[in-house]
Amino acid sequence: MSENHDSDGWFDKPENVRKLLRVFYVICGLLVLFDFVVHRHIYHDWENIPAFYAIYGFVGCVVLVLIAKEMRKFLMRGEDYYDE
Amino acid sequence: MNSVIPFIPLMLGALAAIVLRGWLRNLIMIVAPILGAINLMGMDHGVFWSVEFMGYALEPVKVDKLSMMFGYLFHLASLIAVIYALHVKDTVQHVAGLAYAASAVGAVFAGDLLTLFIFWELLALTSVFLIWARRTDRAYSSGIRYLIIQVLSGVLLLVGLLIFAQVNNSLLFTHIGLQHEGIAQVGAWLIFFAFGIKCAFPFMHNWLTDAYPEATPSGTVFLASFTTKVAVYAFARGYPGEEILVWIGVTMACFPIFFAVIENDLRRVLAYSLINQIGFMIVGIGIGTAIALNGAVAHAFNDVIFKGLLMMTMGAVLHMTGKINGSELGGLYKSMPKTTVLCIVGAASISAFPLFSGFVSKSMIMAAAVAEGYDVVWLLLLFAAAGVFHHAGIKIPYFAFFAHDSGIRTTEPPKNMLVAMTLAAIACVVLGTFPAQTVYALLPWEHSYQPYDVTHVLTQLQLLFFSALAFVWLNLRNMYPPELPSTNLDTDWLYRRLAPAVVTRVASTIYGAYVSFEKALVSSIGQMVQNSYDAESGKPKGYFARLWPTETMVVWVAVLLAIYLIFYYIHDLL
Repeated sequence: MSENHDSDGWFDKPENVRKLLRVFYVICGLLVLFDFVVHRHIYHDWENIPAFYAIYGFVGCVVLVLIAKEMRKFLMRGEDYYDE
Repeated sequence: MNSVIPFIPLMLGALAAIVLRGWLRNLIMIVAPILGAINLMGMDHGVFWSVEFMGYALEPVKVDKLSMMFGYLFHLASLIAVIYALHVKDTVQHVAGLAYAASAVGAVFAGDLLTLFIFWELLALTSVFLIWARRTDRAYSSGIRYLIIQVLSGVLLLVGLLIFAQVNNSLLFTHIGLQHEGIAQVGAWLIFFAFGIKCAFPFMHNWLTDAYPEATPSGTVFLASFTTKVAVYAFARGYPGEEILVWIGVTMACFPIFFAVIENDLRRVLAYSLINQIGFMIVGIGIGTAIALNGAVAHAFNDVIFKGLLMMTMGAVLHMTGKINGSELGGLYKSMPKTTVLCIVGAASISAFPLFSGFVSKSMIMAAAVAEGYDVVWLLLLFAAAGVFHHAGIKIPYFAFFAHDSGIRTTEPPKNMLVAMTLAAIACVVLGTFPAQTVYALLPWEHSYQPYDVTHVLTQLQLLFFSALAFVWLNLRNMYPPELPSTNLDTDWLYRRLAPAVVTRVASTIYGAYVSFEKALVSSIGQMVQNSYDAESGKPKGYFARLWPTETMVVWVAVLLAIYLIFYYIHDLL
C-alpha cells in the first residue's frame, strides 16, 4: 500500500479537477439556457415550469442522499453482523 | 424446418464442458450460443413438438415474437458471459453457467405451464452452483437461502398450475390475469407470486441482493442476466395490463436506490439497481399498452447487456484486487484505464444518456406512463431515473476507479474479460444509437416510437447533469455519505435474524421445560423407591412385600375368584 508518486494520475492534480468541474458547470448552465431557447413538447402540466427537469433532478438527488444518510442511523450494522 | 428445440445447443454445450478440457472446451462453449442463435433464426412462429401427457396437451416449444426476442437476448448474453468466464479454471462454473442459460432459453419458449415449471426449477438448481463456486462459508449459506426461496417459487408455480389444470382442463401458458372465479383465483395469485419471487418483488427481493454479490466474479454476470428476465417475460405473457403491477413496479424502482446509496459492496449496489431497473419493466407491463409493453421488454433486453457490463467491470475489479467494497477501493483508473472506460459506458447506458442503450427503452416506459395519466407514477419514475444515475452511474465508477487513491496498483484483467466487456460496451452504444435497426426491430407489439427528438434529449440531459451536480455539490460540502464497511438491514433480517432468534428462543424454552419435567419425574420415582424401603431393617415397607410369594399368590387368587363370582351374578341378573 505504498504511495506511488511516480504514477500520479491526471485527477490527482487539484487544478485538473477544478478545470473539469468548470466545464461541467458551464454545460449545466447551457442546458438550462437551452430550456428558454428551444421549444419543448409538453406532455404534462408540470413540464411548463422552466428547467423543470433540472430542478427535479437536483432536488430529487439531494433528498435521496439525505434520506439515505438518515436510514443509516437505524439500518447500519457491523460488517460481520450476520456472521456472528 | 431444420431446427432443434431451442435450449438444446446450450445444454449440449454444458454437457460437453463436463468432459472436455482446455481449448476444446473453450471452443465448444463459444460455439454453443452462436449455434443456438443460428438455430433460432431458422425457426418459424408456431407450436412445435407438441405431445400429450396424462390427457393434457403440452407445447414444449411455442415460438412467437415475444419468446424469440428473449431467445436472442439470452444467446447474446450467454455468449458474452462465456467469453468473460473463459480464463476460469473451474468446470463447475462453466457447466453451471451454460446449463443455466439453457434453462432460461427453455423457459421462454415453454408453451405450457408444466414445461415452464421444469425450466423454472432448473434455473434455480443450475444457478446455485455459480454461488457455491465462490467456495466461501458466506457463499455457501447464501446459496442455501437462495435455493430455498427459488424452490419455494417453483412450488407455488406448481400448485397454481395444478389448480389451473383442474379448472380449465388445460396447461397452456397464455394470458392468465387476476380476474377469475373461485379456486381459479387462488391459482392465478399463486402463479403471480411465483413469478413475483423470481422477479424480486418488494419483501421478496433479498435472495437477489443476498446471493448475487456472493457469487464468483463471472457467476454474477450469468446470474444478473437470466432469472429475473425470465420472470419479466413471464409477467409480460401472463399478466399484461394488471394495474397492481404498476404500483409494485414503481415501488421496486424507488426503494432500492436508497439502499444502493449507502451500500458498500459495489456488486450489491448493482444488485439493488437491478431491482430498480426491473421496477421500470414491471411498470411497463402493468400499464399494458403496446408502447408500454414494448418499452418493458426493450428495457429488459438493454438491461441484460448494460447490467452485465457493469457486473463484468466490477467482477474484473474483484478478480484483480480481491476487493469489492467501496471503502477499500479508489484510484484504479491509473492501473485499469480500459476497464474504467468500459465501466463508464455501462454507467452511461444504465443512466439512459442519449446514444446509450438505456435511453431508447426507458423513455418508452416514461412516455407510456404520461400518456395513460399515471402522473404520480411518472414523477416517481423520474425520481428513480435520477437516482439510478446517482448510485449506478456515478457512485460505481467514482468509488471504484476515482475518489481517493486506495494505493492499490494492479493491471488490466485477462484479455478474455476485456473482450467480453468490450463486446457488451459496443452493444450498448449500437443499441442506443441505432435502436430502429436493432432492439426495436425485435419488439413484439405493433407500435412505432421515435426516442430521439429535441425535447427528450434536452430534458434527459438536464435531469442527468443536475443529478450529477447534486453529487458534486454534496461531495464538495462533505455531505455525501462516505463508504463505510457495514451491513445494512433489509427484509432478509426477518429470516436471517428475527426468525432464527424466535425459533431458538421457543426451542430452548421447550427443551428447558422438558429437561426440568424429566428431572422432576426421575427424582419423584427415586423418592417413591426410597419411601417404600426401610433401610434400617433392610426390608421393604409395604404389607405384601413382607409376605412370602406363595402367600401373596393366595391373596390374588382369592381376589380373582371373587371378581369371577361378581361377574357371574351380574350376568345372571341381566
